[in-house]
Amino acid sequence: MEIAVLLKQVPATESLVEIADDGTAIKTEGINWVMNPYDEMAVEEALQIRDAAGGTVTVFSLGPEKTVEALRTALAMGADTAVRIDTQGTLLDGMATAKVLAGELKKGAFDLIIAGHRAVDDDNFQVGPAVAEFMGIPHISMVIRQEQADGKIRCTRTIDGGTLVLETALPALITTQRGLNEPRYTSLPGIMKAKKKPIDTRALSETGTDPGDPMVETIAMRLPPQRKGGRIIEGDSAADKAAALVRALREETKVI
Amino acid sequence: MSQGILAITEQVDGSFKNISFEVISTGKKIAEKTGGPLTAAVMGAGVDAIARQAAEYGADRILVADHEGLKDGLSDACIQAAAQLMAHVDPAVVVIGATSSGKDIAARLSARLNAPLAMDCVDVRVDGDRVVATRPMYGGKVLADVSLSGFPAIVAIRPRAMEAVAAQGAGEVEKVDIRLDGTTLNLVEKHLETGKIELTEADVVVTGGRGMGGDDFTVVEALAKALGAAVGASRSAVDEGWRPVSDQVGQTGKVVAPNLYIACGVSGAIQHLAGMASSRVVVAINKDPEAPIFAKCDFGIVGDLFDVVPAVTAEIEKLKG
Ligand SMILES: Cc1cc2nc3c(=O)[nH]c(=O)nc-3n(C[C@H](O)[C@H](O)[C@H](O)COP(=O)(O)OP(=O)(O)OC[C@H]3O[C@@H](n4cnc5c(N)ncnc54)[C@H](O)[C@@H]3O)c2cc1C
Ligand SMILES: Nc1ncnc2c1ncn2[C@@H]1O[C@H](COP(=O)(O)O)[C@@H](O)[C@H]1O
Repeated sequence: MEIAVLLKQVPATESLVEIADDGTAIKTEGINWVMNPYDEMAVEEALQIRDAAGGTVTVFSLGPEKTVEALRTALAMGADTAVRIDTQGTLLDGMATAKVLAGELKKGAFDLIIAGHRAVDDDNFQVGPAVAEFMGIPHISMVIRQEQADGKIRCTRTIDGGTLVLETALPALITTQRGLNEPRYTSLPGIMKAKKKPIDTRALSETGTDPGDPMVETIAMRLPPQRKGGRIIEGDSAADKAAALVRALREETKVI
Repeated sequence: MSQGILAITEQVDGSFKNISFEVISTGKKIAEKTGGPLTAAVMGAGVDAIARQAAEYGADRILVADHEGLKDGLSDACIQAAAQLMAHVDPAVVVIGATSSGKDIAARLSARLNAPLAMDCVDVRVDGDRVVATRPMYGGKVLADVSLSGFPAIVAIRPRAMEAVAAQGAGEVEKVDIRLDGTTLNLVEKHLETGKIELTEADVVVTGGRGMGGDDFTVVEALAKALGAAVGASRSAVDEGWRPVSDQVGQTGKVVAPNLYIACGVSGAIQHLAGMASSRVVVAINKDPEAPIFAKCDFGIVGDLFDVVPAVTAEIEKLKG
């Protein structure tokens, strides 16, 4: 099995987000950058498949220089090779990102491509399916279980209010959902080994893919209205407090 | 250039999902700006009977793609059908629900048509010749306005974010012959949890956290039942194996925006708050007066949830008589 994993570096989910002065991006100072949590699951699943069936795991990321850290983490987890496509300062929207990644993936011969179902920064839910479309291969999203046999992959995917079991032919792309696996921690020997593995860096301008003009542009960002401290409902007993709460919900906020 | 709007609907068990009416109403709002017409797309097998309902939300035209291959609503068949319906309409804007299958369709259509896409939008407006959509990013910590250039502009709207408004449309039904070739996904099994209220569609959500202390969620379920609410869980409760992953609320779970959110035994970690901050009224029940959730709620009760939650349930039941 030749497996490719798409991964993105994102602010850690515990980050407190502030809006930058130009009002169209977040402040990046003081942010702890990590591998997108859904992409960690993608790496983990790829490693498990490789270790059972043989083959290689190649991780791809499109991003600035610091993206190297996320790629090193994937190598330390056990990925075989890493490719970074240097954005050279160009801002790419989801579609352009998918176009460039698909262009690079086509240069290989991958049986399976694994992406996260969303990146927790832009929450686009877009790049995985769009890469599959550009490559002309099927995709299955939000997978919580998968197995392959005879050139096919069978996946359990979550849908609103249930699950589907779907089957499709390889090559295919799947996206990960929580429940698929528990990503491994990196070990010290893994980290040491990863330091020696080279990262294949390709400049966007040399990929041969024209990402086109961005079609989706962020023109403003704001923080949603913040709640101030709530009113603590006092009372002598749980029953008193409950009665006061229900009264407030009914009479003041009219939600029940 | 076309001014038409295409609203792509979705069904479950032979009837329209609520999101379908939200999608048509959003399309209607945009059509009023661009000059319309508003076309609703209905895709499925045996959907003739329900298709007319789209007129009750203002559809001028209703295109019906009736095909056995669309019976299960699988994304690859729907994408092919949607692309063919689009050729009939040549819309300026396509509106679709950001449901699990809607997201798949939107992402692939956007790539196939080289069209701009805004996913999971909570608001849409027309500004000159551009569509501007508001969408949460960073798991709801930020609201971003994105401007779409290129045609058609595809907007996938978040369930419950936009209102479904009754409006009379001409609703002329036209059947369109659809060819499905080379669909690649095979359905092996379908499992729907019947009777369960979907978190993202619920009016009221009651969530249990690690404070539940185990997989016995009876007290939370009883309150949910009394309120007609969906039951959610914090990630800790999911990690403990007490609840399924599909119940998780938060930055890496579901983002919910009910009228009323009741958090029981949840501390209020930033990743949890991201998933429920846009709820209209938030109630926190926690035995630790210092729990961060109390700074992010509207009403708080300090106390043991095993005393407080049943007392609240009793009050609600009293109210209902
Ligand atoms: C990458 C990443 C993604 C994450 N995504 C999410 C996410 O999507 N959703 C999410 O929820 N979390 C998420 N988390 C986890 C988050 O950081 C917190 O660990 C988690 O939300 C804590 O869950 P909790 O509030 O149930 O548990 P705790 O923080 O342990 O809080 C339990 C609370 O229950 C109270 N309590 C205990 N017993 C009782 C009682 N008898 N009566 C009343 N109160 C009681 C305690 O006072 C305490 O405040 C994520 C973390 C990471 C690293
Ligand atoms: N810049 C990128 N480089 C590599 N993979 C990416 C990039 N952006 C997104 N992806 C992949 O696409 C998934 C979904 O991202 P998104 O569509 O941005 O929510 C992520 O989980 C990654 O697997």
